[in-house]
Amino acid sequence: MINLLINDQKVAVQNGTTVLAAARKLKINIPTLCNHDDLCVAGNCRVCIVEQKGAKTLIASCATPAAEGMEIHTNTLKVRNARKHIVELLLSEHRSDCTKCYKNQNCELQSLANDFAFGDHVFLDLVEDKKYSIDRSSASFIKDDSKCIRCQRCVRTCSELQSVAAITVANKGAHQKISSFHNRPMSQVVCTNCGQCVNRCPTGALVEKTAIDQVWDAIYDPDKHVVVQTAPAVRVALGEDLGYDPGERVTGKMVNALRQLGFNSVLDTDFSADLTIMEEGTELLVRLKKALVDGDKSISLPMFTSCSPGWIKFVEHKYPEFLPNMSTCKSPQQMFGALAKTFYAKKNNIDPSKIVSVSIMPCTAKKFEADRPEMRSSGFKDVDYVLTTRELAVMIKQAGIDFRNIEEANYDSVMGNSTGAGVIFGATGGVMEAALRTAYEIVTGREVPFGNLNITPVRGMDGVKEATIKIEGCVEAWKFLEGAELKVAIAHGLANANKIMKMVRDGKATYHFVEIMACPGGCIGGGGQPIPTNLKIRQKRMAAIYAEDEHKELRKSHLNPDVIAIYKEFLDQPNSHKSHELLHTHYVERDNY
Amino acid sequence: MYQVGNLVKELSDKHGHARESLMPILQAIVQKHNYLTDEAMVEVARELDISAAEVYGTASFYTFLDTQVKGKYVIRVCKTITCSMKGKSDIIQSIEEMLNIKVGETTPDNQFSLIETNCIGWCHKAPAILINDLPFTELTPEKVTEIIKDYMQK
Repeated sequence: MINLLINDQKVAVQNGTTVLAAARKLKINIPTLCNHDDLCVAGNCRVCIVEQKGAKTLIASCATPAAEGMEIHTNTLKVRNARKHIVELLLSEHRSDCTKCYKNQNCELQSLANDFAFGDHVFLDLVEDKKYSIDRSSASFIKDDSKCIRCQRCVRTCSELQSVAAITVANKGAHQKISSFHNRPMSQVVCTNCGQCVNRCPTGALVEKTAIDQVWDAIYDPDKHVVVQTAPAVRVALGEDLGYDPGERVTGKMVNALRQLGFNSVLDTDFSADLTIMEEGTELLVRLKKALVDGDKSISLPMFTSCSPGWIKFVEHKYPEFLPNMSTCKSPQQMFGALAKTFYAKKNNIDPSKIVSVSIMPCTAKKFEADRPEMRSSGFKDVDYVLTTRELAVMIKQAGIDFRNIEEANYDSVMGNSTGAGVIFGATGGVMEAALRTAYEIVTGREVPFGNLNITPVRGMDGVKEATIKIEGCVEAWKFLEGAELKVAIAHGLANANKIMKMVRDGKATYHFVEIMACPGGCIGGGGQPIPTNLKIRQKRMAAIYAEDEHKELRKSHLNPDVIAIYKEFLDQPNSHKSHELLHTHYVERDNY
Repeated sequence: MYQVGNLVKELSDKHGHARESLMPILQAIVQKHNYLTDEAMVEVARELDISAAEVYGTASFYTFLDTQVKGKYVIRVCKTITCSMKGKSDIIQSIEEMLNIKVGETTPDNQFSLIETNCIGWCHKAPAILINDLPFTELTPEKVTEIIKDYMQK
């Protein structure tokens, strides 16, 4: 242990602990900006400077390890004056149009300015001279360099968490900027649209491309019938933007709020998550049969899940040789969209051209996915507008809804019923668990051999998880799988996905089925979720997802009454011709830069 | 615009495929071709298993690793204070008139590029320029005209 003094208080910390972490242990608050719990130390913004007795200069507490006998002061006049200047210098290069900014009141720089840099500033405003550019090319987000303070959280996120590195620090000195490969538009580079950078940007330099106004217009258009679907991870995080603590489930209130906003029908992506399990589970079993029994060499294993549009685009850019391994199933969002303008329209006798289909997603990549040209199998754009969790919170505030005090309500039906299996899609390992609950039962006629259906080996925050499920006592139709060991793997965050892809590519791992989610923690940690998101918050949201599952009456996808009904009335059976038309898709190879 | 061909492969086999080989590889490409094409940077990224943006980030940090088309002879005029005081502007004007290009431009025949550079360490013999790797010092407009003439005949 290392002993030091901070503001004359003694503290003992492990070797390697930073001065910042030591101060936090004493509940002493040191402001930070470039620092983020998910990322490596950068030490470039200097906001966290403190005074060390005997040192000539002020030190950055985030980047300085605590040492024996150190005496640190966090609140001297020297520190205060320097910090004011540092924040003012950052502001001199930042377009401070705060009242018009999308991040107004949710901006870390604004809050530092509020705390430390009020009054007259001594530095010139350089924004006008800098010829900044704004990149609106991405379907998912806007990159506004005039608000960027080059803290490089986005660069570290893209490289460390996602192993994509679509953005980098280019040029130097006064010309330094966060840039894609040779300044190409973000829509034309390797960016997966995951939005993890957007979630970590401390200013308004990276924000989602919002569809709030378009959705309001649709709601108030008397000719339109507006349906909304809500992804599983939204209900366990939306509360954070409306005054609740992380991990509180607000499902019923969210449904009521959506109805009050004016949506004609409030439905659930969890329904189409259950449907995905039927389609994807069947696809897996068919692939296994063709590969293991028929010896069909054209079948690609392992099969990879295809729910996460960031992950899809990652493979399209970086591992195109594995596109045949991707499940052809559309994501639950897009399955829902295709059915909203076909099955739902028919059942409710509504002209599909009058339906506006909106989804609420924890995700920015879903905006890109909805725009893909493949996603028009209903004859229309299957999902018209995608809103992130954050955007929904904005709309609820705009409408003046007293969220805390509204009643809870239930989803509409049909396409509103769901099971616990659909809910856990929101957490890493959830699709795998849901698929196993159904596939195992199809093959053996029995429930998965785990207490209370909780397949714990596929749960948790480990970056890469592996499990082997031995299949015994098969029913007649699946006898060929008797005694087989189904090898599965799960990864979340594209850096972990990259590890799995390298192992599979190099023949170092043989799996049958792999679940991958682009974002750390899965959708609960999605790029469209409330800010901040960090490990502690992800864990709380994850616990809430599993609690939601436990509270569901039905916890296996194949028992969902809406799913049973849709096969009976419309789709016939999983992987039927009609299913392939509406619920399956294909992928395209993209450039790797 | 040149084709990078097998060059990147040869260089990465020579210097290794680890991240620390990035600089020697980029320097060797620039040594041969004077600048980096997008194709070359993508190729380097592939060989070293890093992103093309990271290669661009490194290249754009260093003035001598150009990412824009450059001529066969890159003339770098020192713009720092000593050379400025000793007549850098006259040197630039002479070169501009001779080649009929402005600072930052390349001649249409792709023979010459003219750019300004930070200090090249020849303050004691200012004003100074570099043509590719070679320094020319204590210049006057007359002297620089002769030097460029020689290069034009090469």
